[in-house]
Amino acid sequence: MFGFASAFDGGLLREFRRLEQEMDEMLGQRSWPAGVRLASRGTYPPMNVGLTPENVEIYLFAAGLDPAQLEISVEKNLLTVAGERKVPEQKGATWYRQERFDGAFRRVISLPDDVDPERVTAKYRDGVLQITAGRRQTARARQIQIQ
Amino acid sequence: MASTQEVAKKPETETQGRAQAREAAYLLVPPADIFEDADSVTLTLDMPGVTKERLKVEAERDTLLVEGEAAINVPAGIDPAYAEVRSTRYHRSFALTGELDAERIEASLRDGVLSLRIPKRAELKPRRIEVR
Repeated sequence: MFGFASAFDGGLLREFRRLEQEMDEMLGQRSWPAGVRLASRGTYPPMNVGLTPENVEIYLFAAGLDPAQLEISVEKNLLTVAGERKVPEQKGATWYRQERFDGAFRRVISLPDDVDPERVTAKYRDGVLQITAGRRQTARARQIQIQ
Repeated sequence: MASTQEVAKKPETETQGRAQAREAAYLLVPPADIFEDADSVTLTLDMPGVTKERLKVEAERDTLLVEGEAAINVPAGIDPAYAEVRSTRYHRSFALTGELDAERIEASLRDGVLSLRIPKRAELKPRRIEVR
C-alpha cells in the first residue's frame, strides 16, 4: 500500500537522496535527463518518474485540476502536459497567503527512446496525474541462456 | 569503564538524531492559500494523492494540525528514476486565534485539494457601528 513510499524511501536510497540533495545544493538543480526543452526542478507541477521493464510511469502532483481541461500529447519522445489551474477570486476578502500555483502550466518530459507513443495512457485520481507509457518489447533485457 | 561506554554510544545517538532530522526534512509542507471574509477564515491546501481516509485535521486549543499520507498507485518493483516529490507524508500546522470557532470547522477534500472553513465566533464578528 505504501509501495510508493518504500520505493523512494528505502535505506540505501535515503543515502542516495542525501548525496543527491547535496548535489542539488551544489549545482542548483538536477534534470531528468538534460535537454534544452526541459524545465528544471521547481516547475509546476512537480513530478516523479519510475521505470518498470514494461512501462515508464510518470506521476504529476497537481491537485485540483479538471481532467477535461488537460492537454497531454506525445511527439517523438517528448511528452507535453499542459493545463491551467485557476484559484477562484474572492471578492472583498483579505488574503494572508497565496502559495498555491495559480495560472497556466506546461511541462515537457523527455521519455526514453524505447517508449511507444501509441501506448501512452493517463489517469487522474486524488490530484495525481499518472501517465503510463509502454516500452517496446525489444528494449527489454533478455536473459541469455548459456548453451 | 562507564565513560568509555558513553563515548562509544555517542556517535550512535548522533546518527539517530541526524536521521530524524533528515526524516523531518522530507515531510512535505503543503502550499496553502488563506483568506478571510466577514464570517470566516478559509484555508486551502494542495495535498495531491491524499484521500479522506488518510487525512487528519485536528484542532487542539490554539493549533490547527493537518496531516496526510498520499496513496499512489505504484507497480511492484518500480525503479525510481527521478523524484522531485520525495515523501508521501504531508504535515503542516497553523496557529488559531481566539475569535475563530475551531469547533465548527468545515472540511472538504476534492482532487487532492483540502478546504477548511473556520467560522468566526458570532459575538466577535465585526459590527458596523451606526453613528447617530
